[in-house]
Amino acid sequence: MNAEKRDRGLLRVDGNECKGCGLCVEACPPKVIAMSERLNHYGYRTATYAGAGCTGCGICFMVCPEPGAITVLRAMAQRSAAGSGVTMGTEGAMPCASN
Amino acid sequence: MSSELISEYEVIHAKPKAFYETYERKDELQHQTHYCPGCGHGTIHKMLAQAMDEFGIKDRTILISPVGCSVFAYYYFDVGNVQAAHGRASAVATAVKRSRPESIVISYQGDGDLAAIGSAEILHAANRGEPIAVIFVNNAIYSMTGGQFAPTTLIGQKSTTTPSGRSAIHEGYPLHVSELLATLEAPMYIERVGLGDNRQIAQASRAIRRAVENQVRGLGFSFIEVLSPCPTIWRLSPVESQRWVREVMEKTYPLGVFRDRTKDAQPRPTPQEPPALDAIPQIIGVADADVTEHSAIRHEPVTDVDLHVRVAGFGGQGVLLLGEVLAEAGLDAGLEVSWLPSYGPEMRSGTSNCHVRLSREPIDSPLVTAPNVLVAMNEPSLKKFDKSVQAGGWVIYNGDAFPPECVRKDVHVLALPFTQIADALGDARAANMVMLGALLEIAGALPQTSVDAALARLVKNPRFFELDERALARGRELYRESVREVCHAG
Repeated sequence: MNAEKRDRGLLRVDGNECKGCGLCVEACPPKVIAMSERLNHYGYRTATYAGAGCTGCGICFMVCPEPGAITVLRAMAQRSAAGSGVTMGTEGAMPCASN
Repeated sequence: MSSELISEYEVIHAKPKAFYETYERKDELQHQTHYCPGCGHGTIHKMLAQAMDEFGIKDRTILISPVGCSVFAYYYFDVGNVQAAHGRASAVATAVKRSRPESIVISYQGDGDLAAIGSAEILHAANRGEPIAVIFVNNAIYSMTGGQFAPTTLIGQKSTTTPSGRSAIHEGYPLHVSELLATLEAPMYIERVGLGDNRQIAQASRAIRRAVENQVRGLGFSFIEVLSPCPTIWRLSPVESQRWVREVMEKTYPLGVFRDRTKDAQPRPTPQEPPALDAIPQIIGVADADVTEHSAIRHEPVTDVDLHVRVAGFGGQGVLLLGEVLAEAGLDAGLEVSWLPSYGPEMRSGTSNCHVRLSREPIDSPLVTAPNVLVAMNEPSLKKFDKSVQAGGWVIYNGDAFPPECVRKDVHVLALPFTQIADALGDARAANMVMLGALLEIAGALPQTSVDAALARLVKNPRFFELDERALARGRELYRESVREVCHAG
């Protein structure tokens, strides 16, 4: 719950748009993307964000063949009160990543 | 708490604005492209869309979609689009750019499209240095059709049409389009990139951005070849396909910049404004008094006209000229007209026919499938078209023995040996004009002055003009005689 734990980046995967090709898993430098255990509505295992460690480099977005399956966010300028927001923010992205 | 999330993080990479929100090709799956998982097209689309966003050119971009898997690009990009016939995207892009020089024109083509059937179009577009951007997606195979060998297929690579692998002896060598185009003088920028790993993908993105930027700057021809994975046809996983691009394809197709003259390049001069429409007759030398005069309505037709004429015969009998004189005369008389020729590749002796329509009302279709006048210049043509004539219509047949199987009670027939009649006038070739004379007399709609004017424009030789005039008069006479005979007989 302190400022140094705050990730530089954040990742959202649209579980309906992802076709599960796995290129982002391969491409991610800090290896924080994995394939989901369960299949989505269309029968694909989709990419999911591990929930922490994203650097916001955006390479997963570049390699992804779907226009809007991945959205990458980057932390804005550090603020002293950032701590509490980070944990909640990361969790907030999770449902999106695994639905 | 979600508002806190937004305040802490900002979106830096999201679906580019140059894409539609939803893709309406199908009723469902409107949020996904139709591309296979791991397909390079999606990635390249995204790079292009990002570049469009970055330069703010969405509203003035025209994408030329090819034939191939990316034929549906217009369902994804929210920009102008023309979907070109197979291989012709570069030629279409040329036309679009020349007619709309302020537009950003991007031709998006695959290797089956660009390097095979479209090799002439790309070569000449590049050689002319057309100021367009061409994105060439090379996956070394015909994918959409199921994996046939393409000019870009690697030596030894298996395809449905090279089941034991491409051999140089039989199929030649992989076509290096970027290198080929780089031998030309005109291209501004040529680069080959790949989608083999993160580094390559980042470079591909820069190259595509560069091609778009070149056009925004008004520079010349930019060509980006992208080695792109096709997991489905290659029968590899998406990750293996990526590796195949990097480790196998790249050996045949080395990456790099083959041409870059952008540094000191000046924007191309704006093309000259096209001449005003009414100045064109002057330029092409047809602005004589006759043209100006006949473009105005000179003669009001005496009756309402709705002619659906089919003229058929052997090539060389003057089938097309007959139709043309009729249409020109109609035009002179201020009618709506159409003339549509239909003939084989032979100059002579093949069959030939044309569709002619004359009407007071605008013409919906130039096709005449149910004529109200059939001019059959020989027996095969009569047999081919006699059933199509409307009830109450006319058949004008060149021959005195009307074939019994073609007799219909619900159509009028004028069957005469027109060739012999024309021969008696001085030249058997004037049979078409004798038949036209009869047709004009039957239709009764066109003043002779309009017919004279049309004939004068189409028949320049004074000897033939004079002959044709006599032939027309003879045709009119023959019809009147036939009516008298019927009356006397009745």
